[in-house]
Amino acid sequence: MRREGSALSGVGTVLLKELADNLTSTRMRLLELLIFVTGAGAAYSTIGAVKDQISEYPFVFLLIFTTAHEPLPSFVGFLGFLIPIVAIALGFDAVNSEFNRRTMSRILAQPIYRDALLIGKFLAGLLTLAVVLSALWLLVLGLGILLLGLPPNTDEVLRGFAFLIAAIAYGGVWLALAMLFSVIFRSAATAALAGLAVWLLFAFFWEMLVPIVTMAVAPPDPYDPLSALRTIDVGMDISRISPNTLFSEATLAFLSPTTRALGPVLSSQVQGSIRGAPLPLADSLMMVWPQLTALLASVILLFVIAYVLFQRQEVRA
Amino acid sequence: MSEAIIIAEQLTKAYGRAIAVDHLDLAIEQGEVFGLLGPNGAGKTTTILMLLGLTEPTSGRARVAGFDPLRQPLEVKRRVGYMPDQVGFYDNLSGLVNLRYTARLSGIPAGEIESRIDAALSRVGLAEVAAKAVKTYSRGMRQRLAIAEILMKQAQIAILDEPTGGLDPQATREFLELIRSLKHDGMTILLSSHLLDLVQSVCDRVALFNAGRLGLIGRVDDLLRDVLGGSHVLRLEATGHGLDDAIRAVPGVKRVSVEQDIVFRIETSDDLRPEIARAVVRAGGGLISIAAGHASLEEVYTRYFEGVRDAA
Repeated sequence: MRREGSALSGVGTVLLKELADNLTSTRMRLLELLIFVTGAGAAYSTIGAVKDQISEYPFVFLLIFTTAHEPLPSFVGFLGFLIPIVAIALGFDAVNSEFNRRTMSRILAQPIYRDALLIGKFLAGLLTLAVVLSALWLLVLGLGILLLGLPPNTDEVLRGFAFLIAAIAYGGVWLALAMLFSVIFRSAATAALAGLAVWLLFAFFWEMLVPIVTMAVAPPDPYDPLSALRTIDVGMDISRISPNTLFSEATLAFLSPTTRALGPVLSSQVQGSIRGAPLPLADSLMMVWPQLTALLASVILLFVIAYVLFQRQEVRA
Repeated sequence: MSEAIIIAEQLTKAYGRAIAVDHLDLAIEQGEVFGLLGPNGAGKTTTILMLLGLTEPTSGRARVAGFDPLRQPLEVKRRVGYMPDQVGFYDNLSGLVNLRYTARLSGIPAGEIESRIDAALSRVGLAEVAAKAVKTYSRGMRQRLAIAEILMKQAQIAILDEPTGGLDPQATREFLELIRSLKHDGMTILLSSHLLDLVQSVCDRVALFNAGRLGLIGRVDDLLRDVLGGSHVLRLEATGHGLDDAIRAVPGVKRVSVEQDIVFRIETSDDLRPEIARAVVRAGGGLISIAAGHASLEEVYTRYFEGVRDAA
């Protein structure tokens, strides 16, 4: 059955309202503080260590992102942890809070479709995330220029930008997941806990689970050396179910230009290559294209599930 | 008379095997104040949601302001103002900002938004507190803010679900005044309630709802006459034993029920006060007072639903 009128009318209004809510809420202020202090702190502390390599390595700026300076993890490591938390905080009460405040039926009685509400909320969350990450990214870049005393070259800027896009896509996965939980669970606390549980699973336990599952699914055959290769491949595939793995692989390709492959490489495959020579950006991009596609696909998949469930939900509280 | 502005034909909603609304037929005329009356869970809210296109009917069809809520929900919602049961607003935002948000959602031209909101807020008496956060508002103020939203939209039809739920008597009175003034503007109003006095005092016509079915429908006066059969209701206060039997023996008495220890409710075909007084005295009772009560919708309601329960 066809409905008349645009599903998108009202998206802009919802987006602006939610964006204003996001950017002014105390919750968001705290998270911004957290992410800026830790992110900028990590970057700042590595700059000192990175300084020595200016003359040796052509991508010093990228080292600011990737180098870990004990006891702090690297900037990228921090983001891998913090982005999901920020995204979950932005999305966990998106839909259920409208029910709990009893505003849902009043808003949906305005001439808009439900689509507008969900899409508007999602885009507002994504935009907030993008603003926070872009600001942080510029901050780190600025710190680098200030403390290293030289500007980044074009390739570094482009690679940094590709990393930023990957980070936003990674955030999008967690935002879509959090919104899905906000549709499923009427209680905001339950939705938040469910989001954090998934985050905990992928951030800490996935790495421990992967070898166990791999050994069960594809144990290496001691008489067949190639089966060991297969075991590694299967292990990587399982590991890549986690958005964290996808994100860290994308990061690795963009920020460490010398990375030539993400899986095992046979000596025959590297014959003739110059050790330590960086790949052009296009080739790095090609290498992690599947990872980027998978991140985007997860965003879309999670959003669609949330969308379908939301459309079928009864309006009455 | 022109075509009814709200029409429901065989409207049905089933949740699994439970039927919330069962083949409902309804026609509400332009400018009418119509009351949906029934106990909680009778299907009033479900009916309203179907009329707004917020819930899909299992079968049957509806037409609101000439549009099909299922296929043209935006057209319907542009013309209908809805105040849900226990209406909620964004508490941390002011009343003004809350209205601005819904004004933009309902597509009011940007140039008119402020003037329409101002007019609506002063009409409901909230102009003074418009800039304050809604969390500081009382229940009554929130209800009035919801009415302001409907006024701002310049809706043809207002659908109010349990509009006076949780209001104190003073706030209820003010609220009823507001509803009357909406009617005066020519707005069609559909309100649902389980509060009978409210419905009786403002509604032109009412429909009694029970278990998803429409029991009775008509003007309040007509219902009173039809259901109560034009009978008189007397309230008798008297002490003594076996009085109810003595009263029942009086010719013309239809029903006698004991409301409290010594208070009797008597339905008669005529004004039988002298006869009943005589009967009480003759039975050795102490007559304290006897008065002609006026029949209210509550009698209709009680009687009707008693009948329904007995039949079940």
